[in-house]
Amino acid sequence: MPMICDWENSVLKRSIEKLGNRTIQAVWRIGFAARFFVAVLLHSGTAFRRFGLTIREMYFTGVLSLIIILVSGLFVGMVLGLQGYETLQTYGSEEALGILVALSLVRELGPVVAALLFASRAGSAITAEIGLMKATEQLSAMEMMAVDPIARVVAPRFWAGVFSMPLLAALFSAMGIFGGYLVGVQLIGVDEGAFWSQMKNAVDFEEDILNGVIKSVVFGIAITTIALFEGYDAPPTAEGVSRATTRTVVTSSLVVLALDFVLTAFMFRGIS
Amino acid sequence: MNKTVLDLWVGLFVIAGVVALLFLALKVGSMSTVSSANSYEVVARFDNIGGLKPRAPVKSAGVVVGRVSDIRFDNETYEAAVTLRLDNRYAFPKDTSAAIMTSGLLGEQYIGLEAGGDSLLLKNQDRIFLTQSAVVLESLIGQFIYGKAQEGASE
Repeated sequence: MPMICDWENSVLKRSIEKLGNRTIQAVWRIGFAARFFVAVLLHSGTAFRRFGLTIREMYFTGVLSLIIILVSGLFVGMVLGLQGYETLQTYGSEEALGILVALSLVRELGPVVAALLFASRAGSAITAEIGLMKATEQLSAMEMMAVDPIARVVAPRFWAGVFSMPLLAALFSAMGIFGGYLVGVQLIGVDEGAFWSQMKNAVDFEEDILNGVIKSVVFGIAITTIALFEGYDAPPTAEGVSRATTRTVVTSSLVVLALDFVLTAFMFRGIS
Repeated sequence: MNKTVLDLWVGLFVIAGVVALLFLALKVGSMSTVSSANSYEVVARFDNIGGLKPRAPVKSAGVVVGRVSDIRFDNETYEAAVTLRLDNRYAFPKDTSAAIMTSGLLGEQYIGLEAGGDSLLLKNQDRIFLTQSAVVLESLIGQFIYGKAQEGASE
């Protein structure tokens, strides 16, 4: 009797197996990432005792990201000024332009766009660096010399990212507000006094600025953790490192946007 | 350990970031919560507060003198008990009146204080007795239509 369906070699069976395998691998990776995160926190002693290491990484993640952050901040603010003016003008409330620019930057755009730029500028570099260190067996060489690579290589990069992120977000917001001021007040001619005073009245230090800073710290933790883990977990091949770098940018961008929604829901639920 | 050029750049970066934060804190934002150390609280009761919200400004002669710190419903008198936190720098007579006003036609609502002529001043936890409720647009329109209808009937 001929077999109608050869279950052992069927496409269906193989695809189900593949799906299950992928799921298990994903869960495994999440667990490993969580353990990695805890290990980084526990081995942070060196990053603070030898603060020079962290300073060095802050140069690469923070200082070198400055140009892209400042220029994008300026342009985002200028676009907000133009678009906001167009819309507000129809309601005859051009003076509220300062509020619109400042609130949207401080609450949302500052932390989020700075985080997205940070992920693609610094996160990808971190992944590539660590991945390549692993591929060229520098990490194992360190272990051989009884130097903990987590403490020596990973933790300083983690803290550098966490320190840099809020500073970069603040610079982005400040630059954006300046851009909005340039376009709104200098170019279009919104009243300067109303622009600043209405902004000052509407923006609250604790509820808007401090929450923005908290957001950017959380984003900093998320991005650097993802970037470091992807690098640390990358297959030690050229292809593996390149894939890990791509994954860092994609995953951390998505995580930033998802976290932003969650944090916003927590922070601004009770207001007004 | 030696000082390096790198340290200088990171130092500049940190200073720039802190300056940006200070700029946001001082120039862009403002501390809306008047600290409890240099302020006092008074309570005003209203029949209807309209759309008044906590943290709404309290103004006198158009100048912000405090904030609404709390709004509660009194279940015995069926009134809204609004707690106002006023800055210590501003003292008001005991017979000051409070009214709920709207800035502009659709703007936010705030409490306007009008000073009376009493020689005694309001103290912490005092009560403002003269209050004027929020103007509810619907009832205003209702009154207008009612008045029009009466006008028509009398003719």
